[in-house]
Formats: sequence, structure tokens, C-alpha cells
Amino acid sequence: MSFLDYLLGTRKKTATVAKDRLQIILARERVDRKGPDFLPELRQELLQVISKYVKIDLDQVKVNLERDGNFEVLELNIVLPESINTVKKTAS
Amino acid sequence: MTKVIVVTSGKGGVGKTTSSSSFASGLALRGHKTAVIDFDVGLRNLDLIMGCERRVVYDFVNVINGESTLKQALIKDKHCDNLFVLPASQTRDKDALDKESVGRVINELRDSFDYIVCDSPAGIEKGALMALYYADEALIVTNPEVSSVRDSDRILGILAAKSKRAEDGVEPIKEHLLITRYSPRRAAAGEMLSVTDVQEILSIPLLGVIPETEAVLQASNAGIPVIHDIESNAGQAYRDVVARFLGEDVPMRFLTADKKGFFSRLFGA
Repeated sequence: MSFLDYLLGTRKKTATVAKDRLQIILARERVDRKGPDFLPELRQELLQVISKYVKIDLDQVKVNLERDGNFEVLELNIVLPESINTVKKTAS
Repeated sequence: MTKVIVVTSGKGGVGKTTSSSSFASGLALRGHKTAVIDFDVGLRNLDLIMGCERRVVYDFVNVINGESTLKQALIKDKHCDNLFVLPASQTRDKDALDKESVGRVINELRDSFDYIVCDSPAGIEKGALMALYYADEALIVTNPEVSSVRDSDRILGILAAKSKRAEDGVEPIKEHLLITRYSPRRAAAGEMLSVTDVQEILSIPLLGVIPETEAVLQASNAGIPVIHDIESNAGQAYRDVVARFLGEDVPMRFLTADKKGFFSRLFGA
């Protein structure tokens, strides 16, 4: 990139783009890495229990663990179907 | 106390074997008894970079399986007195390694060596995990390039979670950043992540920067680790790396580009 490019302010330098992209993706990957490894299993079991009563699919259960200082927040986000009447009659 | 050092990166082709060979040679040149082990079972290359490929009789897997003694398998380096190479097997795969037998070999090496340098294969599978498992310190070889930096970050996570030190809950592996294939000119032009960028992203102490140099290919062509080429920037940079590793206060070199004239600045290179 020459001085003329700089004067014209034509493009953002690619090294800056690289750094920004890396910082964002690594921040996310580091959080995933720190999560305890029971999360996927927990999610699976929750799904089994809930699906005994309500028809949901895998994508509708989100399990998230967030750390903020000394706090750990385990967040469960379950999207129920529009009509709760879809409860399986077979559930016993 | 013998120190075990893993040279690792996650990504392939960033200069792990080049760095292992020069770093191990450098330690030996400074008078330390050093062994360098090739953990890339199935894709052995350290022997070629160190110029001892024709003297390989027994290998790491032979030692593990008890088909040869450690002494029979260690190859004495031609270029320095205190250096021995333990080549990888070319005919087996990485499953030939396991924690227990690798530990046995490393323990046997501890009796006669000051430093054990483990040249890790790329990836995060068995071979790479075995190379880092017993490490006390780690050289994270990173190119100033997005995929290499990301993979280095991943490897740092693995060092912190899956090494013996992590499992035993003792003091963690000491990490050192080694940036290779660096082009000060391109970094200054904003075309390449700078040393500061990489260091900021990975946030581990910088051990050294090896500039992109033609001498590295020439050295591998000849089978003589580039650290022996004292004329070259790369050779000098590796000597600095070894000195810093041994606790000397050596300033960083080769971080800035040669000054360009006014006209080339104006119109771009």
C-alpha cells in the first residue's frame, strides 16, 4: 500500500482486518473451551425429559454457561411450540 | 534437572521442525547435552532437516517396542558434540505411541541429557498430544497469519488442559511465543499481522522472531540446521532465541524493515 493509497484513504489495511477477525473468533472459542464438558450431555438429557411432555427438537434447547467475575450463570433457553396442547398423550 | 520442551503449533508448515532442529542445536552449541525427538510418526522429517537421514537404523517406535535400546537408536549429530537425534518411525502410525511408553523413554533420556526437545507433528491428535504431554516448557511456533494464530491459540488451550502438568495440577507449562516467517516490510505496510498484533492476541511472552529468509530453505536443502548459518538473519535470530531461553537479556532484532527511499514510499513497492 503506497502513500497515495493512504492519502486517498482507499482501503482498510488487511492486517487490521485480520487482527479484528481473530480477536472476535478467539474470544468465542476460548469461552467454548472453558465450558465444562458436561454441557452437551446435560443438553441431551434435558431434551429427553422435555420431549416426554412437549414436542420440541434439538435446536430449540440452548444451554449456555456464562462467567462474569465470580458468578457463573447457567442459562437454559427452551423454545416451546406455539400451542402447548401438543403435549404427547403417550407421556406417562 | 532435565527440562522437556515441546515445539508445537497446531498448524502444519509453520516451521516446527526447522525450529526444533535449530533450537536443539543452539542448546547443544551452548554446551548443554540435548536430545531432540521426532514425534511425527509416519512422516519423519527431522532426520532430513538435520542431515542424518542416512544414519537412521532404529527409531522411536523400535525403542518403545523394545526392538532396540535407546542408545542404539540415538544418532549423534554431525555438527555439534552434545546433540543426539531420536528419529520417528516411517512405517508405523501415531497410535504406536502411548503415554506410558513415551514416559519411559523420556525418563531414560533424563539420566543423560539436560534438555529434551520434542518436535511435535501438526494437528491435535495422538502424536501431538504425546509430544506435549510431558513438557515443562513449550515453544509455540506461529506465523503472522490468521489460521496459524488461531491454531496456536487452540494448542495453548490443549497445553493448559491435557498435559501431564495440567492433569497433576502442578505449575503449568511455561509458554514461549516464537514467530517465524516474519516479514518486517509487509508488517510495516499493514499487509501482515505485526509481532505486537500476534503477541496481543495470544498474550504469551515472546521468545523471538525469525525473519522470512532464503537461508532457511538453503539450510534444509543442505541438511544443516539454519542456526549454523551465522551469516543469515534467521541463523542469528535462532541464536538470540536460545540465549533468551537460557535467561540472557538479548534485545529483539530483525523487527523493522530497511528504510525505503522517498520515491518508492510514494509510489508503493
